[in-house]
Amino acid sequence: MRTKKINASRLRMTLLALPFVIYIIAFSYVPIHGWIYAFFDYRPALPLFKNEFVGLMNFRHIFEDFRNIGRVLKNTLIFFGLDILTSFIPVLLAIMLSEVKSRKFKKLVQTTTTLPYFVSWIIIYSFVFNLFSFGGLINEVLLKLNLIKEPTSIMMNLEAVYPFQTFLRLWKGSGWNAIIYLAAISGIDSELYDAASVDGAGRFMKIAHITLPGVAPTYFVLLLLSISNMLSSGLDQYLVFYNGFVAPRIEVLDYYVYKIGLMTNDYSYSIAVGITKTFISLFLLFSANAMAKKFRGESMF
Amino acid sequence: MSVAHGKRSIGDRAFGIVNGAILFLLMVICIYPFYYIFIYSISDANAAAAGLGVALMPVKMTLRNYQEVFKMEGMGKAAMVSALRTVIGTVGTVACSGFFAYLVTKPLYFKKTIYRLTIATMYFSSGLVPWYLTMRMYHLYNNFFVYFVPGLISAYYIILIKTFIEQLPASLEESAMLDGAGSVTIFTKIIFPLSMPIIATIAIFSAVGQWNTWFDNYILVQNKELTTLQLKLYTLLKNSSQLAEQANQTGANGGVMSHTEDLITPMAIRMTVTMVVTLPILFVYPFMQRYFVKGIMMGAIKG
Repeated sequence: MRTKKINASRLRMTLLALPFVIYIIAFSYVPIHGWIYAFFDYRPALPLFKNEFVGLMNFRHIFEDFRNIGRVLKNTLIFFGLDILTSFIPVLLAIMLSEVKSRKFKKLVQTTTTLPYFVSWIIIYSFVFNLFSFGGLINEVLLKLNLIKEPTSIMMNLEAVYPFQTFLRLWKGSGWNAIIYLAAISGIDSELYDAASVDGAGRFMKIAHITLPGVAPTYFVLLLLSISNMLSSGLDQYLVFYNGFVAPRIEVLDYYVYKIGLMTNDYSYSIAVGITKTFISLFLLFSANAMAKKFRGESMF
Repeated sequence: MSVAHGKRSIGDRAFGIVNGAILFLLMVICIYPFYYIFIYSISDANAAAAGLGVALMPVKMTLRNYQEVFKMEGMGKAAMVSALRTVIGTVGTVACSGFFAYLVTKPLYFKKTIYRLTIATMYFSSGLVPWYLTMRMYHLYNNFFVYFVPGLISAYYIILIKTFIEQLPASLEESAMLDGAGSVTIFTKIIFPLSMPIIATIAIFSAVGQWNTWFDNYILVQNKELTTLQLKLYTLLKNSSQLAEQANQTGANGGVMSHTEDLITPMAIRMTVTMVVTLPILFVYPFMQRYFVKGIMMGAIKG
């Protein structure tokens, strides 16, 4: 029931919330005003409205710039595809962990495999740099074993970009991502396993018919959710591992937006690409949600 | 637990051994880089550089590398800036997100609108350049405030805290209200202490996030006095990497590796700085583990 009369305590609390609402508007909504720049031929140093209004020119330019856009889109989608292809690894890790009998060993493996999730990409870059560069440990060992004649650096190897960066993401995230599957596995009714044992099912039978179906819903929801992030590979990883040798393959869409925006200062074009990306991502999010509704009869959010 | 009862067959045992061996290998792959950097940083720089050096054990243990690293220009200051942003950012985020989440559980005017306005921020982003321009518009450029002000309120944290507060018994709050306590008092004296489990989770994840963040420093802070440890390490690595790239182009790989008989080598400096940046994470890590499951749910909401 709603009363028309203003309630003093409600008003007081609303006023207390007001600064936070203003804060949210200032930091999440006000930045959207920057989208106007996409419709101008903006040169930094001039005030916005002194610049030429060019309508959709910057958006049309996306198609003219297809040589670059096509290349960064290809890289982005390849990285996304490799992530999907390797997304079973955390599931596998969780299943393997759940099959361990010793609690101590299980805890130890979990602790160590989760640790990389908590360090920054700069630290990971440093690990790679110090282990894989010329004079690094890996080269020394390979030279000693006569497996290579000359030191090589994987960080400067164009051919290695896709598998190596995917490997690094797996190294960083697998242990962490396994936690949610472990939670799903521990939620499975243990009577199912007992009943299967009585029926003479072996370990693999139980994994295939009880554990896997138990984690499948979690797996598919996460997979669907990841679709909306298809174009958002993130920036940190690609920025720190960027160098002239690997540039053609390591430049993803987020890196390109950063490069044209903050390195060459073409704000207008960078924002036009960013806006296009935002709308495609929102479209993907709503599509994924509609699909989830169809499959599970409930929405993700 | 998915463990079968009864006798263990040979196949079962073999499975256990193979499973354990693979997991052990994964464990080594995950932990070895940390271990290697650590033993290198406490070894004598020249001994470590010779041959295979310190693949498994430290040689000629010394703290010399650490002494040299802290003598480097701006190191102490960068450590201070990183520590400060972590403490201020964490306290600020917990206080602001906590209090706002509590208010959102109350019958505010326009409550629905306020909540939707908050949650919607998870699903869109204005993009990098608009964000950058807005920060500059607010004078959050070359300004310590840029490290913590933009993260004070986070929609994910609001959802988590709100959900937690809503399942607290309402009677506690009602009796306090009858005693005439205002909403600020109720929050600080009752709600906040009772919400410790979720507050601790958020504090720990936001502290790790603060410590690891460097991009704001990279694009919005040029002032050397305000450089964070992460960026300091990044600059150091990029300088070394450029040298290596040039060497690669000219085919003179040896040049990068040749060490003079200095007391300390570029490699040892890199390793030691890396260790300095990693150590705080290693210290809090054991305390964090109980919050993992809540943390990952956070990630799931984030999507």
